[in-house]
Formats: sequence, C-alpha cells, structure tokens
Amino acid sequence: MKLREEQTILRIVSKLLLPFILLFALYVQFHGDYGPGGGFQAGVIFATGIVLYGLVFGLEAAETALPPRWLQVLMPLGLLLYAGVGVANILLGGEYLNYNTLDAHDPVHGQHLGILLVELGVGITVAAVMVSVFYAFSDRGKD
Amino acid sequence: MTLLIESLSWVLLVAGSLMLVVGAVGLHRLPEFFTRTHAGSLTDTGGAGLILTGLMLQAGPNLIAVKLALILLFLWFTSPTASHVLAQSALRDGIKPEAEDETS
Repeated sequence: MKLREEQTILRIVSKLLLPFILLFALYVQFHGDYGPGGGFQAGVIFATGIVLYGLVFGLEAAETALPPRWLQVLMPLGLLLYAGVGVANILLGGEYLNYNTLDAHDPVHGQHLGILLVELGVGITVAAVMVSVFYAFSDRGKD
Repeated sequence: MTLLIESLSWVLLVAGSLMLVVGAVGLHRLPEFFTRTHAGSLTDTGGAGLILTGLMLQAGPNLIAVKLALILLFLWFTSPTASHVLAQSALRDGIKPEAEDETS
C-alpha cells in the first residue's frame, strides 16, 4: 500500500489522462459508423481506463468507482439490447436484425438507429466483461 | 513558401528517424539497465516530437494537424511517465546504477 502512495507522478498523469481515455472510448463507440472503431474496440478502451485506475489507485478504489454489482447488470444488459433490437425487428415485420423496419418512413434512418443500438449493446457487454475479468484476476490470492 | 515548408518538414522527418535509430542502437549497445532506459526514453520522446512536427507541416493548417498535435501532447505525457515508473521500480527492486556519481 505504501509503494502505491509514493508514485506521485504516475498518479497525477493517470488522473490527467483518464477522462480523455474514457472520452476517446465514447468517440470510438458513437463515431464507429463513420470512422474506424465500433462497439468492441470502444468497450476495450473504456475497460482499459478502469483497469489503469485499478492498477494505479488500487482495486478498492476501482471497485468503488465501478462496483462489481453494476457489472453483473451491465453484462446481460448489453446482450439484451443486442437481442432486443433483433426481436423488435421481427415484431415489426422483418427478419431478425433487419434494421430497415425500425423506421417506418425511411429504411436508411432505421439502419442508422439499428447499428447504433446494436453497437452500444456490444460496447456495454465488452467493457463490463473486460473489467470483471480484471477484478476476478486481481482478487486472486487475497483470501 | 511551399518549398520552404516542404524542406523544413523533410529535415524534421529525417532528423526524427535518425534520432530513433540512435535510440535503437543505444538500447542494444549501452551497458546496463538505467543507461538503456535513458537511451530508449529520450530518443523516443524526441524522435516522436520531430516526426510528428514534420508530419504536421506536411498536413498543413487543418484538422489533421490538430489531431497530430494532440497525439504529440499525449505522447509527451505518457512516454516520460512510463520511463520514470520503469526506472523507479527497478531502483526499488534493488538494481544499482553502475555509473559513477559525479555530483558527490
């Protein structure tokens, strides 16, 4: 614990960069349909931010910022969002994940909305799984 | 004017590449851990600065140049921090610098 408190430079620089890492993750997430990126990459970048926080400030601090209980909700939530869009497409009269049906007037708008929601689901699940893998590994050998 | 910017940009690009080559040689040839870290970190920061500035001149005053400047800014924060932490953990782990201490 003492070692961690001495790392002044590392702590300050990580604190400085963390908001930008998380912001970049959101950029990759929501700009994914126009540029390089998408749900998976965004989820991994977001998880990297949390992992960095956990490595520098300790597991307890990271678990306070993002409690493991939330992760257990977020993991299935992303998957449900993905599958829910597909089922909604079936209910609206198309095939599974046929985004065209999401907007009754303009299929292109439906495509936009569909890919945004599906990628958001992927991003949420990937970020939550990555962080919980990190939590599980860093918890080992404690008790 | 174009020629001036173009030549300046290429001078920076070549200087940056040379610096990185020097850093790679230093990383291989220097005797012990701390001098190697020193070679790697200094030339990495300097070489990245020169190359990215050269690329900024190539791009011209637009959004790409701003993005390159941001990359440079983040590299200048993260790269020295990484070297600092590496050297500090090595010291704490008991590795002694072999070089003579000239300050005492």
